[in-house]
Amino acid sequence: MSITIETPRSPRSRKSAKLEKYGWLYMRASGALLLVLIFGHLIANLFVGEGIRAIDFGFVGGKWATPFWRIWDGIMLWLALIHGTNGMRTLVNDYAERPWVRKSLVVTLWAVCGVLILLGTLVITTFDPCPANSLPELLPSFCTNK
Amino acid sequence: MPSKPAGTLYRGKVGMWSWVLHRITGVAIFFFLLVHVLDTALVRVSPEAYNSVIATYKTPIIGLGELGLVASILFHALNGVRVILIDFWPKGAKFQNVMFWVVIAVAVILFAGFAPRHLMHVFGGAK
Ligand code: HEM
Repeated sequence: MSITIETPRSPRSRKSAKLEKYGWLYMRASGALLLVLIFGHLIANLFVGEGIRAIDFGFVGGKWATPFWRIWDGIMLWLALIHGTNGMRTLVNDYAERPWVRKSLVVTLWAVCGVLILLGTLVITTFDPCPANSLPELLPSFCTNK
Repeated sequence: MPSKPAGTLYRGKVGMWSWVLHRITGVAIFFFLLVHVLDTALVRVSPEAYNSVIATYKTPIIGLGELGLVASILFHALNGVRVILIDFWPKGAKFQNVMFWVVIAVAVILFAGFAPRHLMHVFGGAK
């Protein structure tokens, strides 16, 4: 006696099954890295010194004066947005029942993700800690006492 | 003869509630991240624009919201490690219940270290 299990007993295609597997692995690999990156980010910005009270343009200028935090923040930006977006895609797949709703939500998620990664990357790479015509007291101290 | 399911790894127990919490905190962090990339992008507009928006992060109500955000991140991150261990460590599934309570304990300890300091920064007082 044999039982035939109806579709979907197998993935729609080998390619999409592979992609799902990489997505699953990505959630775990990026999660482990994000733990370090985000805890470091929170300690540096919210815990040490005066915490949230110290954050202003000068604070960001000071952090982004050297490549260290720029690279840190850049990696965190990419990993977190892709992790969060792929996680939200899982929720959409779970809760959106109509195919066209599901499809549009997933496309919207990745579009938003792409725009924010592009914006954030441009901000980090083109940041100017001493913009011309700004009040000196708003800038990091190294802008004035060269 | 059992009259109802005895429960599984996931149904109605720690396995299920940890998943519910992981999902809710993941969504909350995601929406914060969208806003946070936009507010940080204001450093490219002008120091004034950035400072005025960041000033709202220092107000009491948003300051309390930040406590919720940090609590969410602590749970999601530590429970993420638990999920990874369940998947990759051969004994992970066996210890998933203990690991959940370890996650909660570590999260509570870290939160207790953070919250008073943050409240002092938001509500004045200590430097
Ligand atoms: C801090 C370090 C983090 C770790 C260790 C971590 C870990 C994980 C893991 C392992 C999963 C997969 C769960 C599963 O497949 O069952 C996951 C799911 C998810 N994560 Fe994270 N994550 C972290 C940060 C973040 C951040 C910053 C965001 C938001 C931008 C986020 C949003 C999500 C979402 C929405 C899901 C999907 C939840 C679900 O499917 O129920 N996570 N996380």
